[in-house]
Amino acid sequence: MKHWLSKNLIRIYAAAAIFYILLPILYTVAFSFNDADKRNIVWQGFTLSAWLNPCEPIGICEALGNSFKVGITATIASTILGTMIAFALGRYNFRGRATTNLLIFLPMATPEVVLGASLLSMFINIQIGAGLVPVIIAHIMFCISFVVVTVKARVASLDPKLEEAARDLYANEWETFRRVTFPLVAPGIAAAALLAFALSFDDFIITNFNSGTLNTFPEYVWTASLRGVPPQANVIGTLMFVIALAIVFAGQVISKRRQTRR
Amino acid sequence: MSIAHTSSSEKVFAPAKKSHRTAYLLLAPGLVWLLIFFAFPLLNLAETSTKTPAPSFETGEFVQTFRFANFIDSFSANQEQFFRSFFYALCATVLALAISYPLAYAIAFRSGVWKNFMLVMVIAPFFTSFLLRTLAWKQILGAEGPVVSVLQFLRILPADATITATAFSVIMGLTYNFLPFMTLPIYASLDRIDYRLLEASGDLYANSATTFRKVTLPLSMPGVVAGTLLTFIPASGDYINAQLLGSPGNFMIGNVINSRFFRVVDYPTAASLSFILMASILVLIVIYIRRAGTDELV
Repeated sequence: MKHWLSKNLIRIYAAAAIFYILLPILYTVAFSFNDADKRNIVWQGFTLSAWLNPCEPIGICEALGNSFKVGITATIASTILGTMIAFALGRYNFRGRATTNLLIFLPMATPEVVLGASLLSMFINIQIGAGLVPVIIAHIMFCISFVVVTVKARVASLDPKLEEAARDLYANEWETFRRVTFPLVAPGIAAAALLAFALSFDDFIITNFNSGTLNTFPEYVWTASLRGVPPQANVIGTLMFVIALAIVFAGQVISKRRQTRR
Repeated sequence: MSIAHTSSSEKVFAPAKKSHRTAYLLLAPGLVWLLIFFAFPLLNLAETSTKTPAPSFETGEFVQTFRFANFIDSFSANQEQFFRSFFYALCATVLALAISYPLAYAIAFRSGVWKNFMLVMVIAPFFTSFLLRTLAWKQILGAEGPVVSVLQFLRILPADATITATAFSVIMGLTYNFLPFMTLPIYASLDRIDYRLLEASGDLYANSATTFRKVTLPLSMPGVVAGTLLTFIPASGDYINAQLLGSPGNFMIGNVINSRFFRVVDYPTAASLSFILMASILVLIVIYIRRAGTDELV
């Protein structure tokens, strides 16, 4: 018994740590079924009413829609811009590498309050009102660095011999990229896009500085938390969690299939 | 700091091509975006930080007077929140490291077929809203939550005591919310370790503790450095945890900057505080990286 315990201590620890990580998520899921109106803090009993009427609280679905608008636009733009930078860094030797790396690293090393405050200062100075466009601009900005880091890792793990082989077989530069390079880097780009969407969808601090009267889902939750968050917010949180989990597991199944086919 | 890099078997190839033109064409759009919407706003922040209220004393109206004393004034007025921010962030970073290292070790070396599942569980918090998670902790640690009830039942806590609205719950929240940023880089660097090195150490009669101290730990240092920075930086600027899990007595510098911008409409003070925060973080990073001896950042 003692031997078994000492051998498996680290596994037991890992299970406990994962329970700790999941605990507030389980709470969020459980309280989406709570029979409470606004003060969704104490368990009152099971109900499906929040799930059946997710848009009931005023403004919640509008805020969700805004989050999707911002998230999708920011994901597409930052994935394109970031992937281009990642290819340049991973594939080319050029002057100014160190400066480029610094410019990519700094936004990640700057606290969100500072990013939000500096953007707001600029928008005030050039007299552009806060709202949807400034929020999208800000989200693209902070997502780029994370896309670069994610895609660069994938580009760097790509054997240049595969591209040489394509050229030996008379593929031109564009064909090589389309038929060889891009399919190999695609999983990295997909992961980067998911990360960008998750970062954008969940951002509160930078958004709050630049949104003005626009409400995103995190901003809705923040405002609601002063009076009491309705269970519908938990419904949306739970749905997003399940969808994200499904995408990740589907991605793992696909990459496993690819590996066995190879 | 490549968080996403998870597979150990992949080789890394150095960039080879030398076509400057293509490289610059690829870089230009993204870098221009960062220059306009990251670097230029910082200049605006710097410019705002030395302004003073307009003679008309209208709310939100300021004129440039190059008053550098703004920095001294705003720092000395908010010293307490500055030191508290760095103290809380330090506590959260140390706690997150203590929780994450064994977890990352277990995933890298002892998880078997559960490896991918456990990695997904580590990043699971990213899939739910940051605010909802923090509010859930407020519920769990709150007066009507299970933790307080159990502790009161066991007579560890007196009947009227609370856990929320204390430094403890703020640090707890910070630790929890930035845990994946600590676990993933440590896991990535542990996973890259060639297992034969650990076997070799055993063959040379090192016991498992010595192997850990002399081989595993030094090889995982890049992950520890990256994880520490990725936890400490956002934690020191955060104001959500202090706002939701703490009381005004636990407010951090982020809370001050936020309220200076929106409640008090005192842009110069908010801007100078932001600048001091950023500068002190950069200084700490440089010192820390020098000490830790790694310069591989991105």
